[in-house]
Amino acid sequence: MVSIYGDDAHDHDDGKPGFWARWFYSTNHKDIGTLYLIFGIISGLIGGYLSFMMRMELGEPGIQVFDSYHTYNVFVSMHGLIMIFFMVMPALIGGFGNWFVPIMIGAPDMAFPRMNNLSFWLLPVALICLMISFFVPGSAAGNGFGGGWVMYPPLSTSGSPGPAFDFIIIGLLAAGFSSIFGAINFITTILNMRAPGMTMHKMPLFAWGVLVTAFLLLLALPVLAAALFMLFTDRIDGGTGFFNPAMGGDPEMFQHLFWFFGHPEVYIMILPAFGIVSHVISTFSKKPIFGYLGMAYAMVAIGVVGFVVWAHHMYTVGMDVNLKAYFLAATLVIAVPTGVKIFSWLATMWGGSITMTLPMLWANAFIFLFVVGGVTGVVLANAGVDAALHDTYYVVAHFHYVLSMGAVFGIFTGFYYWFGKMFGVMYNKFWGAVHFWLFFVGVNMVFFPQHFLGMQGMPRRYVDYPVEFSLYNQISTYGAYVTLAGVAAFFVMLIWSLIIKRVPADDNYWGEGATTLEWTLPSPPPYHQFNTLPRISDDDGH
Amino acid sequence: MRFKRSLISGSIALFAVSGQAFAAKPTDGSIGFQEAATPVMEQLVHFHNVWLMTIITAITLFVMVLMAYILFRFNHKRNPVPSKTSHNTLIEVVWTIVPVLILLVMVVPSMKLLYFQDVIPESDMTIKVTGNTWNWEYAYPEYEDKVESFVSNVLEEADAKAAGKPYLLGTDAPLVVPVDTTVKVLVTSANNLHSFAMPAFGIKMDAVPGRINETWFKVTKEGTYFGQCSELCGERHAFMPIEIEVVSKTKFDQWVNNGGAFPTQLSEVKGGGVSAAPK
Repeated sequence: MVSIYGDDAHDHDDGKPGFWARWFYSTNHKDIGTLYLIFGIISGLIGGYLSFMMRMELGEPGIQVFDSYHTYNVFVSMHGLIMIFFMVMPALIGGFGNWFVPIMIGAPDMAFPRMNNLSFWLLPVALICLMISFFVPGSAAGNGFGGGWVMYPPLSTSGSPGPAFDFIIIGLLAAGFSSIFGAINFITTILNMRAPGMTMHKMPLFAWGVLVTAFLLLLALPVLAAALFMLFTDRIDGGTGFFNPAMGGDPEMFQHLFWFFGHPEVYIMILPAFGIVSHVISTFSKKPIFGYLGMAYAMVAIGVVGFVVWAHHMYTVGMDVNLKAYFLAATLVIAVPTGVKIFSWLATMWGGSITMTLPMLWANAFIFLFVVGGVTGVVLANAGVDAALHDTYYVVAHFHYVLSMGAVFGIFTGFYYWFGKMFGVMYNKFWGAVHFWLFFVGVNMVFFPQHFLGMQGMPRRYVDYPVEFSLYNQISTYGAYVTLAGVAAFFVMLIWSLIIKRVPADDNYWGEGATTLEWTLPSPPPYHQFNTLPRISDDDGH
Repeated sequence: MRFKRSLISGSIALFAVSGQAFAAKPTDGSIGFQEAATPVMEQLVHFHNVWLMTIITAITLFVMVLMAYILFRFNHKRNPVPSKTSHNTLIEVVWTIVPVLILLVMVVPSMKLLYFQDVIPESDMTIKVTGNTWNWEYAYPEYEDKVESFVSNVLEEADAKAAGKPYLLGTDAPLVVPVDTTVKVLVTSANNLHSFAMPAFGIKMDAVPGRINETWFKVTKEGTYFGQCSELCGERHAFMPIEIEVVSKTKFDQWVNNGGAFPTQLSEVKGGGVSAAPK
């Protein structure tokens, strides 16, 4: 059966509420997933604008764009916060998680639909708080908070006395609660609402990825909330002094608390993408995932080890050498389960019958670029070498290879893979391909030269730099133009596919390789699916 | 006094560049580290270039070639019927054990470097570095009766040009240390976090209020070295460079005995050439 998105007759059959009730009071996991995706796209545009302005500034030595150095620091800080909390996390976990976790495990909806609604609507509130912070005083230097996404005191306490940072604290607390509620929802749904016969060891890897992510969120975010609250009370006149040495506190304690959250956070951003890439690789190789159990438990291992490596972000704070040695060794351990995932993806493709569709292209680019970002992570894990590379552009290059190319390529992999399923129409192949190639070339141009800048010693978060760093900064800025063109192609693709030329999508438009439950439903799925629960037999694959 | 010192040290810097020593600063278009000036940085560069680069290049190339081969060989046109293999315990064990072995091989030199870098040897002298918003203050505790602590500010673009120093790296008053001397560095901050970094020395140590961090260096080559603050410290984070002038022990003694300024000796100034300004 082919169903057409927006078909009125179909709507009535589904019992969809009217526009306002459907999109604003929504408790339907698919509608909430769509809201999250739209929200992620909007935040991505804001965060992308901030980064583009930074690249314009850094195109050549001297001051080009920002008349205030402080405003540049505000852009740096907000770019990080917005991209992490309001683009990657909502898109991967809120968007695809809500859309496909219930369907993949054969559940009619999430366990707590109203809490799901709350999870989503806390996010726009949080983003508004962050946007307000741009326009209210931060420090004597101007509006907005310029202390980096890591928010280290004293710059975030005595260094930024204005209300701008208070708005960020409130916004991040709201976003944190949103994620905690979401995490509770996912854990409950996955543990309790799997269809009959869907054992944990038959569960699709994307559901595994989201499950591990949800546990990380549940354990890590309260620590961030506590740290933010301690900053909040430290900032009050006559308040506490957790991080104030003059009152017996220690600014480094904040860094420990922050990175105890911050390191699991990077796996929060990448594990769902691991899941998506696994499905795409398996689908287009027409083969089941190689080493399914190894893949699932590699994610669990990454999640567990991710909690005991946080201080590798802090090698230069003056830690004891034995502590550094421990964090060095523990960090290297993560390379092992990550390697298992990379090799299992390659082994899944080995012997397969590979069709190079657009999602497959994104997925392969993800694997390759994630390897590049991963090996520079191995370099940085070595505390000795980190003394030269810490807080330089090498680090910027490294984490953008795993985020701007890892997580974001994972998002686009999922977006193109499920485009027809979510929206009922196929994506436009031409504009999708233009988007891919511009984006691929662009981000590599932006970030690869930054490794060299970092090795030569260029520090991060610099509004201006010595002329000796010109060449690679220039290449990097040209790359930003190419990436921008890629983003434009993405929107052309969206408009083309959703409005200009709507090509209806079949139930299972990827054919025999696509074996998870969403492909048994129409595209788009009915408003309420699985009124009769599917039964998963023993010989079904994952 | 301050003016005099900066003027004189500026001319010494010129001399240093043209003479036996050199200026270590970033090179545009370079793909490697800056030239090492301390044993720590030498080991760091060796470990990175020989060990790490070999390992990560091999891994990346291996994955890239394997992936290209797979995409070519198992394309649906060339291989219409997919295999159904989904397990192979042996290969799964292999690709778990082999990375472990690689890491074990790597961790030995890595730990050696870390302990060499982090455990401070018997030092010959101490300097104290304090990060301010937004400049560095240097003090010589052992010579405090002779050398007052002084503040090192970034040179404005025109002044840097006049002094023949690279803009955003050059300062009005460099830290002066003797060559071939183990120098212990105490790093702290007066307000925000900063980080005292010198790429050619392989050191980077955060300046944290309420804490005194330690690091060390022993420079083997005379010359002028440039670094930059490496922890976000607010508005003028990009404008508090670090300049270290490494001189011979004799010259350093003269500098100390002269109250933190180089005595103007005609022969020295004559040795320099204006045309050799670093740029």
